[in-house]
Amino acid sequence: MTSLPSRPGTAAGAPQARRPTRRRSRRRESLTALGMVSPAVFLLLLFFVIPVVLAFALAFTNARLVSPTPAEFTGLQNFRTLLDDPLFYKSLRNTFYFAAVVVPLQGGLALVLALLVNAKVKGVNFFRTVYFIPVVTSMVVVSILWTLMYQKTGLVNELISQLTFGVVHGPDWLNNPSTAMPAIIFMSVWQGVGFHMVIWLAGLQTIPQDLYEAADIDGATRWVRFRYVTWPGLRTTRTFVLITITIAAFSLFAQVSVMTQGGPLDSTTTVVYQAVQTGYAQQQTGYASAISLVFFVLVLAVSLVQRFLTREKD
Amino acid sequence: MTSASPAPARPGPRTPLLRMLALQAARIALALFFAFPIVFMLVSSLKPDQQIFGDLDSIKAFLPVGHVSLDNYTGVFDRVPAARFLFNSIGISAVTVVLGIFVNSLAAFALSRMRWRGKKIVLSAVIATLIVPFETFALPLVWWVNQLPWLEVNGFHLTLTEGWLDTYQVQVLPFVANAFSIFLFHQYFQSIPKELDEAAVIDGANWFGIYRRIVMPLSGPAIATVAILTFLPAWNSYLWPLMVVQSEDLRPVMVGIQYFFQLNPSWGEIMAYSSMITVPVLALFVAFQRAFVSSIASSGVKG
Amino acid sequence: MESRTRRLTVSSIAALAAAALVAGCGGSGSTGSSGADGDTLTLWTHNAGNAAEYGVVKQIVKDFNAGQSKYKVKIQAFPQGSYNDSVVAAASAKKLPCILDVDGPNVPNWAWGGYLAPLDLSKGKVAVKDQLTSTVATYQDKTYAFGFYDVALTMYSRKSVLKKYDIRVPTLDQPWTKGEFMDALAKIKASGKFKNTLDLGTGDPGEWWPYAYSPMLQSFGGDLIDRSAYKTAKGALNGEKAVEWGKWFRSLVTKGYAPQKSSKSPADDFRNGKTAIQWDGSWSAQANTDKFGSDLAILPPVDFGDGPKIGGASWQWGMSSTCSNKEGAQAYLNFSRQTKYFVDFAKATGTIAATDAAAQQVKGYETGGQFNIFLKAAQEFAVVRPVTPAYPYISTVFSKTARDILAGANVSSALDQAVSQIDNNLSTNNYSTGS
Repeated sequence: MTSLPSRPGTAAGAPQARRPTRRRSRRRESLTALGMVSPAVFLLLLFFVIPVVLAFALAFTNARLVSPTPAEFTGLQNFRTLLDDPLFYKSLRNTFYFAAVVVPLQGGLALVLALLVNAKVKGVNFFRTVYFIPVVTSMVVVSILWTLMYQKTGLVNELISQLTFGVVHGPDWLNNPSTAMPAIIFMSVWQGVGFHMVIWLAGLQTIPQDLYEAADIDGATRWVRFRYVTWPGLRTTRTFVLITITIAAFSLFAQVSVMTQGGPLDSTTTVVYQAVQTGYAQQQTGYASAISLVFFVLVLAVSLVQRFLTREKD
Repeated sequence: MTSASPAPARPGPRTPLLRMLALQAARIALALFFAFPIVFMLVSSLKPDQQIFGDLDSIKAFLPVGHVSLDNYTGVFDRVPAARFLFNSIGISAVTVVLGIFVNSLAAFALSRMRWRGKKIVLSAVIATLIVPFETFALPLVWWVNQLPWLEVNGFHLTLTEGWLDTYQVQVLPFVANAFSIFLFHQYFQSIPKELDEAAVIDGANWFGIYRRIVMPLSGPAIATVAILTFLPAWNSYLWPLMVVQSEDLRPVMVGIQYFFQLNPSWGEIMAYSSMITVPVLALFVAFQRAFVSSIASSGVKG
Repeated sequence: MESRTRRLTVSSIAALAAAALVAGCGGSGSTGSSGADGDTLTLWTHNAGNAAEYGVVKQIVKDFNAGQSKYKVKIQAFPQGSYNDSVVAAASAKKLPCILDVDGPNVPNWAWGGYLAPLDLSKGKVAVKDQLTSTVATYQDKTYAFGFYDVALTMYSRKSVLKKYDIRVPTLDQPWTKGEFMDALAKIKASGKFKNTLDLGTGDPGEWWPYAYSPMLQSFGGDLIDRSAYKTAKGALNGEKAVEWGKWFRSLVTKGYAPQKSSKSPADDFRNGKTAIQWDGSWSAQANTDKFGSDLAILPPVDFGDGPKIGGASWQWGMSSTCSNKEGAQAYLNFSRQTKYFVDFAKATGTIAATDAAAQQVKGYETGGQFNIFLKAAQEFAVVRPVTPAYPYISTVFSKTARDILAGANVSSALDQAVSQIDNNLSTNNYSTGS
């Protein structure tokens, strides 16, 4: 326990003479809180809630992107079509597959990276920056390189072949229905891991130094330090990383759009990719909205379950 | 966890030399793994198109060999008003970041440290907004911002105009309030001991004072993180400006990359332009992440 | 205490006001996007970043503005890759410009959707009947758009390569048959000298797929839709001929002739000698000539049974139906119909001028010229993409199906599925069709 910092301007003054009653101070606290959240809430209502409600309302119509006639109310027609759409089930399966692999993989790897560059070693600033590079590199550049590396004669297979002394010859990654999704996963983790490394890093800064010092005095091993100091200290960061990676993983779109366009044979199509393709290229706005609405409900359910599970453990 | 002076990096138990070397080797290997696209981009930006694709099959793709020149960079300026686009993007991103930090941290403060009815619902609702990808409601949003009024300052006159299309504000304001930032601030603020607030209240501080003088100064890493993570999407915004901005003078950098995709795309120029718009972001990251560590260290000292 | 709360509220409002102010400083352009402001008309073009073609547009506008005093045209340029998104967004906000260009196959969709108004082009100096048919977009017996140029699909190879493997150089009068083509590929493949025996450009995700590969389907005897009534794709897209096309298309990959997915720049691969024969467009002709000189072989498309085919229609000009000054827009469009502008566009873009008279003035395209083959191909082989508002939908379904077929999907069931999707789209939307 270290002592609280004394702050010039707030601490030095004499004790307040007035002590408002508890009820009044509670009421004031509520009002102040409302004032503080109101700019954000107002902006979210204006630029998120209203357009999203508009978008979801379209799910119950036959709205088209280009049409001479206004949209007509069609009830649950779009949802009935969706239930019979084999592509939607493929998209759903691929999306869950992607999320199930990426969430633990990217979250875990990002933590490893964060720990690696949180040490007091020469050049950590350099390494942090380098690990962050894929996050800021344009998708155009990334897609050229990875498309090339994933070719049958590309760099990835070259490496595999060298590492196994020529025993294993890799596949044509992006053109093979069984390897396209793993290839997308690997590339996505590579591109996104630096982002979550930064968040873990911020979390690591909140762990009090004296806890480590105490552990050192006790002669704790690295693992013990991690298990009993670092890991519990990252509790709130963990929830954050888990929820945000999950949601980002469910929204997989850009990589698929530039690398595979959902192929080969629908092996990489995802729900958001299908929604965008349906809504823009195919001009079926109403149907695309129905896809988005169903997707929203599903992810919301998953997130609620996730929050419930992480809460129970605490 | 009651310490008020969290620390950035720690020496830890004595590290054997071998272990240190192994760790450093791992860091370097990972650096190569993450750095290759930017090396490719920078190197390719110096080569003619045909050579870029000729070199792709070998290690030459990553080496500045063959015909190397700055021609692609001059080509960029002939094709795209790059300076104007950079200026726009810097302005749009900077304003989004500054407003975003203020608006979102304020909301997160109320959500994490104050007692009031309904805050759990508000927090859950805010997080739920993350789930809806932007693409799915972009079009209704276009229609909607076109209905919104705007006060325009004309010398000493205020005029009410209708429709936000083709402006700067339409590229900034919809992205200021951000669930991701609110959530991040919220989680971070929770790790700052509440005892500090109580002490400050006893000392007569009001809530805004606690926010401004206690919580924010201790939140350097969170501010830096939010700054970087708000800056990125603002800098990369592409679909939205295409839909709402018609004047070339108001366009941001990412739209510029589309200028190069003609029937015969000029890949060298694409690489040069990509370099021009990526390197500033990296520089910013370097700057921010310095602040990131020092801000806490200094706040600990000042405190 | 009250004052504290108030102070907070005030600062919250101040934040919003600050936002408003900062954003307001540059936001003076809010009047710029209505179709016309009196006699000032807005014109949109897809040419941002394409200095050559944009230059011609600017020249015409300048000449028009200088030549009369009634109207003034103002240009806004957009990058072409996302031009449709920009137009659709503007249409949804009722902010279309008066004059705009449009990719040919989209004209029926935009006309049906109420974006475009029919044109009266009788006052132009160049007669509509003198244009290549693929460069005039008619829908329901009305003309909605016209183009100054078209482009042509072609195969590039090298004369020395063909000679080395003893392959006949095909001509317009005597193109390769399917058998000859496959023999040629087999010979080149056997040499093992090329990374790609044939490169179809399959790495491109967009409209290239229906543009480039549906002519092959048509040459086999199939089509994207039954053009007798535009009510069904049955028979056309899943009949015997179409299945034959699908099996052949897949065989290019299984036999190792063509990559399932090409690199990002097939044209550079060809110029680097990685590819023996490349399926590409006339727009690459100049760069290929610069590289290979007289060794470059520009080959007509293969006749797979129903004659050689290429896609028709490129960028064209039209007028929006919401334009508040249609007379002005018509005046501009008619003014632009002068042979010299047809020539300028074709020269600037390396494309085929839409009239014979103009083409004769473009170096290389004149009779006997090196690129005259493109003009002939556009005249004789061009098939426009189906004239129906359903085209954008058909285009995505065809692209996906062709991609699946290349990846090894069962050809007949993939085509059957495409037909049922297209037919379903045709029946649930009340399209009016026909040229």
